[in-house]
Amino acid sequence: MSTAKVEEKLFQNRYRVDTGRPHITIRNAEICTNECADQQCTVCCPAGCYTLEGNGRVVLISDGCMECGTCRIICDEHRNVAWEYPRGGYGILFKFG
Amino acid sequence: MREKFDAIVVGAGASGNAAAYTLAKAGLSVLQLERGESPGSKNVQGAILYSDALERIIPDFRDDAPLERHLIEQRMWVLDDESFVGTHYRSDEFNKPPYNRYTIIRAQFDKWFSQKVQEAGALLICETTVTELLMDGKRVIGVRTDREGGEVYADIVILADGVNSLLATKARFHYEIAPKNVALAVKEIHFMPQETIESRFNVSGDAGVVIEMAGKITKGMMGTGFLYTNKESLTIGVGCMLSDFKNQKITPYQLLEQMKEHPSIKPLIEGGEMKEYAAHLLPEGGYNAVPKVYGDGWMIVGDSGMFLNSVHREGSNLAMTSGRMAAETVIELKGAGKPLDEKHLARYRKNLDDSFVLKDLKKYRNLPTVFHANPYFFNTYPELVNQAMHEMIKVDGIDKKTKEKNIRRNFTQKRSLFGLMGDAYKLWRAFE
Repeated sequence: MSTAKVEEKLFQNRYRVDTGRPHITIRNAEICTNECADQQCTVCCPAGCYTLEGNGRVVLISDGCMECGTCRIICDEHRNVAWEYPRGGYGILFKFG
Repeated sequence: MREKFDAIVVGAGASGNAAAYTLAKAGLSVLQLERGESPGSKNVQGAILYSDALERIIPDFRDDAPLERHLIEQRMWVLDDESFVGTHYRSDEFNKPPYNRYTIIRAQFDKWFSQKVQEAGALLICETTVTELLMDGKRVIGVRTDREGGEVYADIVILADGVNSLLATKARFHYEIAPKNVALAVKEIHFMPQETIESRFNVSGDAGVVIEMAGKITKGMMGTGFLYTNKESLTIGVGCMLSDFKNQKITPYQLLEQMKEHPSIKPLIEGGEMKEYAAHLLPEGGYNAVPKVYGDGWMIVGDSGMFLNSVHREGSNLAMTSGRMAAETVIELKGAGKPLDEKHLARYRKNLDDSFVLKDLKKYRNLPTVFHANPYFFNTYPELVNQAMHEMIKVDGIDKKTKEKNIRRNFTQKRSLFGLMGDAYKLWRAFE
């Protein structure tokens, strides 16, 4: 329900996606599944980029990312998010900001 | 060929533009690197522009800067689920030029500011991400970019790279930001006819209104909401500390959706066309979270240095002022033929300490601790204050003395008398 809503919001935004070169990656998927109790990235990401699958896996699709940095900072116990800015010119392109 | 500049400025936001403009204006060779397609395309702000900070850099900015509305009215609301208690301050003094504050749309404003920077003589290169700092021992000597052969050198690198401050973290100038030191804000821009905005907010011409909100809209989290009037659009948003977001299950967009449904807010935004949804972190750690902002060959300005006054919702003015002061320090040292090393750049921090930037942050240095440790401020108290108001205003045959007693009982049931007094004292100390 809530995911559908955020997609509607993101639909208004402008992006130049760097296909095949995500600027954020999960370092070790096992840690998310087995060691992280809250998986708060699936709650806190304002673009809903992180989803929790039935088997407890966290899946990241960074196409809608607004480059805020939330996921990296809240993952302070496991430091399991490798976070870089997109290549120059790629990623979110705010029309109004 | 090894290209070398007097200064490299990383980022073309408020602080980076202020720094680059000041440096270029003084005749220094400046390279400014921006990762967005154009200046502003990566930047998010509420946004309110504070004239004073910009005036000290570009005195005649009003001639051609893209400004939305000058603000004549400030509303502060404390919200319960169905109501709010508020104060409004409106003054015709604010309706006389030169205006003190304006709403702006950052993508447009940043383009304008950047144009000024380039006219002053700085070289701007967009679509270029700086990936790391080039070091010679302890000293920063340049930057590496994601362009081929993209290494450039300078006597000083000014980091205006925003709240995430990745470059300084990678270089170990400071640690990764803690969740308790940043707030996550989400916002939307809703377009509607100018006349609708003017009648809904009781303004005319280019005058505008700001609404700052606290209370149950943040579901007990430490945070605030806001609604700003632009010329033909409204900006509505809500932000809370990441450490609080981390401990609950409401998504940021659900929080914003729920806020938009509040009966006091909904009619104000009704019928608008939403054209963008944005998210951004705000460095709200305050004085004690300000990192080291200078060293051999480098300085930090703006959000990257935690220069944000969360109490007064000021950021862009601290950003511009820190950018200007960093540049002025460089100009002064260069002029005197002194090296741009840690020892000499210390005067940048000293100048910040002596200015409103760090004086204001210092004044509120204990506030984050008071609020973090106390969930009552964002849930219980807004509720109690609203209930008290309701009780006093509702006419139902109950005498006023009994009503007062009910209100008092309501307060002490929710929070002990000692708790109430303690909170009042802590708050007074923190704001003192």
